[in-house]
Amino acid sequence: MNAPTYNFAYLDEQTKRMIRRAILKAIAIPGYQVPFASREMPMPYGWGTGGVQVTAAILGPEDVLKVIDQGSDDTTNAISIRKFFGKTAGVATTTATADATVIQTRHRIPEAALHGGQVLVYQVPIPEPLRFLEPRETETRRMHALGEYGLMHVKLYEDIARFGHIATSYAYPVKVNARYVMDPSPTPKFDNPKMDNCAALQLFGAGREKRIYAIPPHTSVVSLDFEDHPFTRYRFDAPCALCGAGDSYLDEIVTDDKGGRMFVCSDTDYCESRQSAGHRGSESAAPHKERAHG
Amino acid sequence: MAEQTLDDKPLLVAENLGKTYGKLVACRDVSFALYPGEVLAVVGESGSGKSTLLQLVSAQLAPSAGSVSYRMRDGVLRDLAALGEAERRFLFRTDWGFVHQDPAQGLRMAVSAGANVGERLMAVGWNHYGRIRDTASSWLERVEIDTDRIDDAPRTYSGGMRQRLQIARNLVTEPRLVFMDEPTGGLDVSVQARLLDLMRNLVSELGLAAIVVTHDLAVARLLSHRVMVMKGGRVIETGLTDQVLDDPREPYTQLLVSSILPA
Repeated sequence: MNAPTYNFAYLDEQTKRMIRRAILKAIAIPGYQVPFASREMPMPYGWGTGGVQVTAAILGPEDVLKVIDQGSDDTTNAISIRKFFGKTAGVATTTATADATVIQTRHRIPEAALHGGQVLVYQVPIPEPLRFLEPRETETRRMHALGEYGLMHVKLYEDIARFGHIATSYAYPVKVNARYVMDPSPTPKFDNPKMDNCAALQLFGAGREKRIYAIPPHTSVVSLDFEDHPFTRYRFDAPCALCGAGDSYLDEIVTDDKGGRMFVCSDTDYCESRQSAGHRGSESAAPHKERAHG
Repeated sequence: MAEQTLDDKPLLVAENLGKTYGKLVACRDVSFALYPGEVLAVVGESGSGKSTLLQLVSAQLAPSAGSVSYRMRDGVLRDLAALGEAERRFLFRTDWGFVHQDPAQGLRMAVSAGANVGERLMAVGWNHYGRIRDTASSWLERVEIDTDRIDDAPRTYSGGMRQRLQIARNLVTEPRLVFMDEPTGGLDVSVQARLLDLMRNLVSELGLAAIVVTHDLAVARLLSHRVMVMKGGRVIETGLTDQVLDDPREPYTQLLVSSILPA
């Protein structure tokens, strides 16, 4: 280990026990927000302090860690968290979805299907789906306890009344295990169906709000909707400009100040593995060589 | 003896209700029965315990003494204190309505009028946008709000419109009992008259039972069948509205009636 002054994975063992207890409770009650004594982390709130604490609590020496930020392995946030655990836990890191045992994510679920034994850790800014509808936390907790979720549909109703369709495109509310309504963190609603009956364990950590919640493997996750306005995924109507994928979630990249833009996969690992398998998009002349290294 | 129908049995029964805050007695020894379709007015000056009584009978406040029972839709009279919180809250948003004096307390000011009316429907599991919207717009029509304004938030509404919207929001689940706390307070006289007219029609059309708390005897006279006069937390006089207001027995009631300014 490079940093012997730190305990394995930064947090002390008592703190990890406390977080693990919260995680176990969260798994036992899918979708329920479990309070936990969130610690100060060496990074600002909003950069994934909740996700980092959950990862630190579940990480073992044999684990292989992947960190993504908006689907990308090579943004500042993803690189620094990957380096953080490389340094404080000495675990192996990877960018390949299939090789990872723990994947910490901000805003995306990888395109490649997750398998059993993997854990997906989400960084959550606001865990309470009812927050902007009902400001009183005492009241929202009671509403969760009694399963009173009419208010959630009020939000969707407002969307349709104003825009003609459900315009909520991220943090789209879901019902977990036919009981708790949950905010799936600001993932695009494109990813919502991937949560349903997922083989991997999904853990959600909100550091500032001090909440942990979970979706155990193979649990039903249903996106809320109306009978006459059913849930739909949203995706830009274009293939990826680099790998030509027609099924992945796309980022829009502005290329000049004359309205030029291109659409590329938000999941860099997915895009790169497709390119190395020989798939080409309209903008890629040569195979993409660069890869992020942890 | 004729066979008793549901209408012959009281909808809500209060027995020896009392509420004390330490030494302060807000309300004591109040007993009454409310029958389906009946409108009861509770009148009295500020601080006489009217609003406390309303909160007690609507189970928002736990009584210090006595009990309140309500006849559920299955015909069984049940003690409200014995209901679970989930049942009580369910009752509150289906079989009951509560019209606040300040519409901001009873409405969601930032969401559209349609969603305000539709919220109770969605809370009981309505899941079809078109049907929710149609029902909401037909209710807006019934309370004389222009349906063009269905997508406007109530914060853009006038005081009278807000109060009418609040009534629509409460009546959309076809409750059997509505509590009203000074429903015309803070409205100017012509708007009051229009609102009272509307409420009177709705109450008789829907066969609603209602408990109306007011300090305005004119409201009591227009809306209610029976009147309860409160003073210092006690009921001092009760009877048919015309009887109490035209021929008051208690000195305090006489004072109240004589304090009405001649028009």
